[in-house]
Amino acid sequence: MIGLTHYLVISAALFSLGIMCVLTRKNAVSVLMGIELILNSANLNLVAFSRFTSGNLDGQVFAVFTIIVAAAEVAVALAIVLSMYRMLRSVNLDRADTLKG
Amino acid sequence: MNANLVSQILFYFFAVLTVGSAAVVVFSRSLIYSIFGLLFTFFGVAALYVFLGADFLAATQMVIYVGGVLVLLLFGVMLTHKLYNLDLKTETFQFVPALLLIVAVFGVLLLAMTRATWFSGGVRPPEPTTAEIGKMFMREYILPFEVASVFLLIALIGAAMIVRRRAQ
Repeated sequence: MIGLTHYLVISAALFSLGIMCVLTRKNAVSVLMGIELILNSANLNLVAFSRFTSGNLDGQVFAVFTIIVAAAEVAVALAIVLSMYRMLRSVNLDRADTLKG
Repeated sequence: MNANLVSQILFYFFAVLTVGSAAVVVFSRSLIYSIFGLLFTFFGVAALYVFLGADFLAATQMVIYVGGVLVLLLFGVMLTHKLYNLDLKTETFQFVPALLLIVAVFGVLLLAMTRATWFSGGVRPPEPTTAEIGKMFMREYILPFEVASVFLLIALIGAAMIVRRRAQ
């Protein structure tokens, strides 16, 4: 029978892969993809706990708020990436090392 | 072949799809492959939501992530790379230390999650959730709901402000 632990293991794998993506990539858009993976793993945990431990829908409502924040985060982060590309002609994160634009 | 076995096979199929395409996102050298891997990861997570009885969230996942976030990321790649070199490679660095760290993190998480005895308050039967979530938004969660709408407006204005061309 599929239990809570199965979902937690999938979520842990997604989380680890997301951290890996954030740590190793130099491209800003790739780092954003890693952050999306991490947020998805957190959401999966919320929904799984909502189903298996409480029986009510609070976890799912919280997951909806996480999705809202993730969508807003991607929009703003891509705006920053585009602005950085216009300024530096590159999306390599190592080159974004000056504070005053 | 009973229904339980079929659902188990489907669950493992979607689990492998999710984790495998997430691995493609992380380890692929080409950005386009990464984005298509992310598409299948989002799809697999939506399928896992269906297994968890969260039909509204599965639909939301498909609409917002696949329809919105993925298209935005694709725009991000297309606008920040010169499209006449179509290989779109990306460099990685500190690969081996990160791999070691990830294996350690995954091991600790796995140990914690399998060893712990979680509180079990009864499994919710698989019923439609949309009406109940809507009622919860309008009752207990009315303040976070309104704050989230204002937050989305602020993010919209902020993103437009950041990318606009400044007058020289």
